[in-house]
Amino acid sequence: MPSADEVKTRIEAAIPGAAADVQTADDVHFSATVRASAFVGLSRVQQHRLVMDVFDGELGGAIHALALKTEVS
Amino acid sequence: MSDTAIRDAISQAIAENDIILFMKGTPDHPACGFSARTVAMLQALETPFTAVDILPDPRIRQELSAISKWPTIPQLFHKGELVGGCDIVTEMYESGELADTLGVEAPAAAPESAGPVPAAPLGIENRLG
Repeated sequence: MPSADEVKTRIEAAIPGAAADVQTADDVHFSATVRASAFVGLSRVQQHRLVMDVFDGELGGAIHALALKTEVS
Repeated sequence: MSDTAIRDAISQAIAENDIILFMKGTPDHPACGFSARTVAMLQALETPFTAVDILPDPRIRQELSAISKWPTIPQLFHKGELVGGCDIVTEMYESGELADTLGVEAPAAAPESAGPVPAAPLGIENRLG
């Protein structure tokens, strides 16, 4: 099971200029706030897709749920 | 019904309905807290919307996500465009942006912002399953 730190590290490694704040109570349901310069000019849907794509195939598996909030930094 | 026919039917439903929500369960009997919460926000805006239950056939979910490039449920569309899932809809509801986007008036009780999300049963659960 991924830890909050692993989720944070993977988001920050995959998205240029990203800073993620990740919380989890059970290592299965995660809540993340992600700020990234890469979000400039993107719609919210496009911003969320960038983050969800990091966990392609794992959402619904190891990561049951990822509540997401994105902000342009 | 073939996968292609299902995909075509979904595309047509998105094109033909100004506001359409793909959810688990129905507005009266939502089967997931995130779907329930999204329904509650739309109902708070008093806007009519079309709801599609994705649960009866797993291929609905599969084809919908292939069309929308969005892995989770619920999914709200406005005039053919994906507005977002529960997180985005919640953020937009709280800022008043959802009412603007959908072209409806924000609830009169809260003129500056739509206020807190209306209560709906929401537990930690798998919104993807």
